[in-house]
Amino acid sequence: MELTELTISQAHEGLKKKKFSALELCRAYLDKIEKEDKEIRAFLTVTKNLALSQAKKVDEMIAAGREIYFLAGIPMAAKDLILVQDVRCTAGSKILENYMAPYDATCIKRLKEQGAVILGKTNMDEFAMGSSTERSGFFPTRNPHDLTRVPGGSSGGSAAGVAANMCCYALGSDTCGSIRQPASFCGVVGLKPTYGAVSRYGLIAMACSLDQIGTFTKTVEDARIVFNIISGKDDLDSTSIKIDKIKHPKPKIGNITIGVPKEYFAEGIDSRVEEIIKSAIKKYESWGAKIKEISLPYSTDYALAAYYILMPSEVSANLARYDGIKYGHFTKKAKDLIDFYLKSRREGFGEEPRRRIMLGTYALSAGYYDAYYLRCQKIRTLIKRDFDRAFKEVDILMTPVAPTPAFKLGEKLIDPLSMYLADIYMGAVNLAGLPAISLPVGKIGNLPVGLQIIGQAFKEHEILSIAQIFEKAC
Amino acid sequence: MISKKEVKHIAKLARLGLTEKELDKMQKELSSILDYMKKLKKVNVSKVEPTSHSVQLENVMREDEVKNIDPQAKKKSLKQASEIKDNYLKVKSIL
Repeated sequence: MELTELTISQAHEGLKKKKFSALELCRAYLDKIEKEDKEIRAFLTVTKNLALSQAKKVDEMIAAGREIYFLAGIPMAAKDLILVQDVRCTAGSKILENYMAPYDATCIKRLKEQGAVILGKTNMDEFAMGSSTERSGFFPTRNPHDLTRVPGGSSGGSAAGVAANMCCYALGSDTCGSIRQPASFCGVVGLKPTYGAVSRYGLIAMACSLDQIGTFTKTVEDARIVFNIISGKDDLDSTSIKIDKIKHPKPKIGNITIGVPKEYFAEGIDSRVEEIIKSAIKKYESWGAKIKEISLPYSTDYALAAYYILMPSEVSANLARYDGIKYGHFTKKAKDLIDFYLKSRREGFGEEPRRRIMLGTYALSAGYYDAYYLRCQKIRTLIKRDFDRAFKEVDILMTPVAPTPAFKLGEKLIDPLSMYLADIYMGAVNLAGLPAISLPVGKIGNLPVGLQIIGQAFKEHEILSIAQIFEKAC
Repeated sequence: MISKKEVKHIAKLARLGLTEKELDKMQKELSSILDYMKKLKKVNVSKVEPTSHSVQLENVMREDEVKNIDPQAKKKSLKQASEIKDNYLKVKSIL
């Protein structure tokens, strides 16, 4: 087995038993990136010197006979909207092409305290706006399972990086499926935690009431390890919440009732995806779980439509800060201040951020606020109630992650709405703030298909242990 | 369908200096997206309270005080600005 194929736990054991050094492990990944990333293009920035110096420190600790933390010496990557001090952070946008992060995001700070090795920053749709990573301001990333297809998005670089063994695990962010959908397309485990479980300090914001940092890993166990480190209360994010660390759970499948919402299997789903998801659910039934069909009437079509009002509204406010004055791209040909704003923003933002800023500005503008924004906040309440009602009858929910496997590059670029519809099963979870995981459960040819397991708020341990049952059995 | 005049007005509010061609394209795209949103009108939301955040939030208060900032960090941050004069951000004239 190659070093880059190891899981976090295997790599940790190897380091502890001195089968290989942190430097050797780090170099194996850097070599892999150099060889494979020319085609896949998962990385926007490779932080070679930072990685090597971090690895060296871990080796010194091991040589001195000191205990090392679980993530010490394990090479990882972060989506390029998570700040790493003194490393360029672009959010996939030309407007931040030369922006240097002045501080560490809280999740990065926690990983650095563990002795993590940071290999680099991964490609993404501009400001996390997209479902294919083709909307990156720099270049598209390709799916390691089929280079003619997209890795999903917006955290496509992180998903492709883990799938191609160019990092042991990676961080991403999920506002409407941006972890779960690329995890499904690339065949890795993607965990989107409960809103508030992981501090968002140092995450470049898209839609603050929906954004959440999460993980891409090779196994469910690895997801639990990273989640335990990055989660919990942070004084620098007032929406973060104190949570207990997850201990090794012993899942009892016999006591579990799985809810299967019928709206997630309605028209539009690829029949081969449907078959794989249904057979995965059948397996849980054969292991003793009770299966119950339920209804979540607001959580697909209506949720996606409401999402595409609420998110752009928040976007239009969040992206107002990119004015070319404090940092980021600025125009060189302005007459006066207003012209400076108009030109700097027009030159710096790509098509998708512009579209969403426009949509949000429209939805919040005088005369439309009640009809769009307020109405959608009320629909958000209905979506939450849908889930509350469901969780009185069932413990967890299982659905497909996406209606199709990875699509071809270019396929959904012309019509923006067709790209939005790729996230039809994703939005409700963010609007309700719930935790969910994408677990690889099958393939169509080379193309992986993910099962979405949705849990109750702050019950990450439940979805992880239920996911692990499948992983161990199959 | 959203009018061109309206698209122009929104672009100005959003401080996006779009060209005529871009405004035309934006008009078409926004119209098609807003068409999709029409389904939202079918939902009965009378007597439903709005939700702004999925978790119950409380205001977190702290003293508003100046903390010591690493002078190196300050220097690095200022270096990212478009124009600096005497440690202040400089902008173009408004009038």
